[in-house]
Amino acid sequence: MNVSTPALARRAGFLHDLVSVARRALRLSIRDKEAIIPGLMVPLFFLIVNIGSLQTFVEGNLPPGFDFKGFQLPVSIIFAVTGISRAGSLVIDIQDGYLDRLLLTPVNRATLLLGCMIADFAVVALLAVPVLILGLIIGISFKTGILGMLMFIALAVAWGLAFTGFPYAIALKTGNPIAVNNAFLLFFPFAFLTTAYVPQEQMTGWLATAADYNPVTYLLAGMRTLILQGWDAAALGQAFLASGIVGAISFTLAFTALRGRVHRK
Amino acid sequence: MTHAITANNLVRAFGDNVAVNGVNLAIKQGEIYGFLGPNGAGKSTTVRMLTTLLNPTSGSATVAGFDIVSETENVRLRIGVALQDAALDMKQTGREILDMQGRLYGLTASQRAERIEHLLGLVNIGSAIDDLVSTYSGGMKRRLDLAASLVHQPEVLFLDEPTTGLDPVSRAAVWAEVRKLNTDMGMTIFLTTQYLEEADELADRVGIIAKGRIVAEGTPAELKRSIGADVIIAKVSASDAEKAAQALHAVPGLDHIEAKGESIVIGVTNGGSALSPIAVALSSAGITVNELTMRTPTLDDVFLETTGTRMQQEDAQ
Repeated sequence: MNVSTPALARRAGFLHDLVSVARRALRLSIRDKEAIIPGLMVPLFFLIVNIGSLQTFVEGNLPPGFDFKGFQLPVSIIFAVTGISRAGSLVIDIQDGYLDRLLLTPVNRATLLLGCMIADFAVVALLAVPVLILGLIIGISFKTGILGMLMFIALAVAWGLAFTGFPYAIALKTGNPIAVNNAFLLFFPFAFLTTAYVPQEQMTGWLATAADYNPVTYLLAGMRTLILQGWDAAALGQAFLASGIVGAISFTLAFTALRGRVHRK
Repeated sequence: MTHAITANNLVRAFGDNVAVNGVNLAIKQGEIYGFLGPNGAGKSTTVRMLTTLLNPTSGSATVAGFDIVSETENVRLRIGVALQDAALDMKQTGREILDMQGRLYGLTASQRAERIEHLLGLVNIGSAIDDLVSTYSGGMKRRLDLAASLVHQPEVLFLDEPTTGLDPVSRAAVWAEVRKLNTDMGMTIFLTTQYLEEADELADRVGIIAKGRIVAEGTPAELKRSIGADVIIAKVSASDAEKAAQALHAVPGLDHIEAKGESIVIGVTNGGSALSPIAVALSSAGITVNELTMRTPTLDDVFLETTGTRMQQEDAQ
């Protein structure tokens, strides 16, 4: 009878687990260029096309001095950062059994999701920058200067991260890649029942009411003040609050779905 | 003797389907235990419960001395698991997967480097260890999966059909490694398989599971002895099979007689001396014997004895 060699394993701890999972997610994000490049091309396309087709019309119907290019940049940024997540990869992990391999380890279960979100944070920040640069190239300037640009990216990243909870919730609940791909449809009411193309004071009827309750309205308003007006603490506070509320809902759904997925039922 | 794995009336139901129906286990430290059964017998469900992926519906079990329901983390720290399908991330390299495993088990950087270097011998894929797993062959993936389950040097290793789908050379390599892990490190190994030869070759003890229940348990030699030292198979026409079995009941010294299709399987203590009386008895009953062969019993004979069917036949269902 042999004497068993002692096992080397020990609990790594929450932070260590988080770094390990995030490290893998970041590495895979870099390898998944095909998932990121369209996410960048679409908002750049919309920025150019929307300005080219609507600038003259919108500015002609509004008081002189209205800057439609500055008005549109936040919309493009939001399109760039919304729906960017590792949810699709998470579905593949479920289907390939790799999630089971991770669950067989003593890894902290919450870090399996939080680690992915850290990677999402980095990707979303990276996506926001080229759109911002294009905006600067076509002549958009920030009343709030460089600090305002940083705040602008912070708002975009906060929103992008807040929205990631939805695709993760769908991925963990269904384990279905098609359902995850369609998660972007959830963004449509947020994106179009708001002030994407005209200022709020120009909206009437049910669309104006919908925009009043749409968190993206407040997000866009906060971002636009940075470009068009200057520092406005109340508008920025409302913008962060809007992202916070959406994030609280989507994260609750995502972590509930995670709990369901890892529950040994 | 401390037990590495115990199970007490372990049950797992999925709705009305009872996949595991009262499994009892007492596996000693350092033992290789073969869990043999056809597809759908309940092997993988038992493994998923013992490895904390699934809660039992009722019953209890311990692994490495810890309860699989209330002390999951302690269990996870002490087990390595290679599931039925290689559970790998196709977009990572082999080295990245091993390193990730090491990190999640709390190994230091030097421990990880040392263990990966050691396991490279097992994976045996040369410089491909730094290629994406998506480029690996099936055999390479299975070996990497096994290596991933060993990074933290577990006390108890669960191998769920580790050689299914492997070519004979890769299968032999896995067998050699399993023996080595057991001999060199004293690792307890719980091995599920549907290959009789694998259980016979590797396991110190074998549990035969059918329809969620363990129907026989013992060393391969004990199990085979239980149906007689030798097996004689008489091939007759299917219509004569029952009549032949009846005729053989009059022959003294036969341990058991089983009619199955065109085959009469006869367990005997001394096959050499039983051949003639069997041939005479069948001839006297007017039965034409197409073939009369003698061999030593296999675990498939044990399976037939305990379940009334052969494993291959259940597979086909």
